[in-house]
Amino acid sequence: MEVDRKDGRTANQLRPLTCSRNVLNRAHGSVSWSQGETKVLAAVYGPNAGTKKNENPEKACFEVIWKPKTGHVGKAEKEYEMILKRTVQSICVLNVHPNTTTSIIIQVVNDDGALLPCALNALCVALVDAGIPLKHLAVAICCCLADSGDILLDPSKLEEQIMKAYVYLIFPNSTLSVLPEESLKVIGEPMEHGLIASSTHGVMSVDDYIGCLERGRAATAKLSDFLRRRLQSQFQIDPSKLG
Amino acid sequence: MTAANGLSDLSSEMEVDAFRRLFPLRYHEQHLLKSVRPDARKLGSARDTTVALGLANSTDQLLLYYLFSGVVQTYICIFAAGAVASADGSALAKIGSTTMLAAIKMEVMTPTVESPDEGSLAIEFHMPPICSPLVRPGRPADVASVISKQLSDTILSSGMIDLKELCLVGGKAAWMAYLDIYCLDADGALFDAALLSAVAAFSHLNIPVVSLNDDGRIVLVSEDTVQLKLEKEPVNTEKRKLKLNSPPFSLTCILHKNYILADPIAEEESIMETVVTVVLDSSYQLVSLYKPGGPILGHTSIIQDCVALARQRVKELQNVLNEAISDMEID
Repeated sequence: MEVDRKDGRTANQLRPLTCSRNVLNRAHGSVSWSQGETKVLAAVYGPNAGTKKNENPEKACFEVIWKPKTGHVGKAEKEYEMILKRTVQSICVLNVHPNTTTSIIIQVVNDDGALLPCALNALCVALVDAGIPLKHLAVAICCCLADSGDILLDPSKLEEQIMKAYVYLIFPNSTLSVLPEESLKVIGEPMEHGLIASSTHGVMSVDDYIGCLERGRAATAKLSDFLRRRLQSQFQIDPSKLG
Repeated sequence: MTAANGLSDLSSEMEVDAFRRLFPLRYHEQHLLKSVRPDARKLGSARDTTVALGLANSTDQLLLYYLFSGVVQTYICIFAAGAVASADGSALAKIGSTTMLAAIKMEVMTPTVESPDEGSLAIEFHMPPICSPLVRPGRPADVASVISKQLSDTILSSGMIDLKELCLVGGKAAWMAYLDIYCLDADGALFDAALLSAVAAFSHLNIPVVSLNDDGRIVLVSEDTVQLKLEKEPVNTEKRKLKLNSPPFSLTCILHKNYILADPIAEEESIMETVVTVVLDSSYQLVSLYKPGGPILGHTSIIQDCVALARQRVKELQNVLNEAISDMEID
């Protein structure tokens, strides 16, 4: 079904992605990530010594600080912080640096829809830039459901507000492995088909949600490729510059 | 391995309580192997749920004594009689030991310019230190802000309350409903109990009678003057009840390896970190599926199992709520 989107994209098309690493020189890892007009700056400081009060000292601790573009830090920011913190805890290798705290700061530069997915994608690149050990990356996408039942990917703010419902989905990065595919499967499905996190707004039927999950998975393959290319290209240094 | 042998020697000599404290994950896993949980529940069944409506009024303190026992009851009575003595709608919901007290107070205010014929809701979730040893006075728990936001989002997006019903005089006066939910005992599945108490409080809500006085302001018509002849016609005739279209109900599940445990207690939540909350409304539409990260990935089959468990739970909760409403009407 043809859907008219204001910016002329098709239903499955993502907005143009840009990513610049190492933009802040004091932070251990930093990235400026944008998806269309939504722009987020992520910085990672750590690991620093000591854990916070109620955290397990045998594992690395993460704290996420979300700074909105304007206004005070409120409940929405705390919710985003909690989702990001729990996602980070599931993708990082926690026992390499026990009894340490790594701080992740997300600064929203512009919010034009799909803010949480944008922040998560930025956060992953920032973690890689800082050298924090990870099991795998995570990629995030926003799917919205129109009244007609169409599923659109990566909506802008205007689209999010007029749609019946939207879902933020976080999946693990697709794996590129030398091991045979069968051995990597969990419950008979490849690992990247699993869902790390999900947050929905608006009412939809369960079948629509499963449809969003499938579309989201298909789209994360594109995001995973983009990430892989951006993260690899930094390391092709000119051999003549090496001492 | 000698370490494992050392552990198993220790565990064979130890008392059950000590083993539970020192090796909580192994304690729970041994139960899961037999498809049961430490409190003898099946994996997919929820704890006993009770709802009592209209508790935060001075006449219902006898009910409070009935529901609680021990030291807790003194706290509750002081709390309910002092702070919420005149709430327009209130309810107490208990899922196992998790207890939530919800109270609604209505206030007249001018509606916004963008929606002049709609009232509004302000939803706040509090976790006072009484609920858990992990919550200390001063800094509010992070969990409280997150649950507060989740509750607002769920109640507003489910369309349970039509804000147009809260309008009094178009463009000039509308109701603002302040819903406050206090956690009295935090023993897992906080969101489920909070949502249940919110829905119950809205079912109990009696909108007060108001009338327009000479200055053009809305005044509350109190119980006494209703008996006498009123000089001005009340703006809304009789105390009204809000119509709830398809109230949402939720179920929180924990994922651990291949198991799905419904309605976790606080101990299970702290050792098994992957939590999924499914909120369905009465027509089984998905209002919210919230999975805030966690080591276990949610494959489609797992999501569908969680939704199926939530569907059963919606039926149970609807029965509990309907019983509570009919008990209240008998009184």
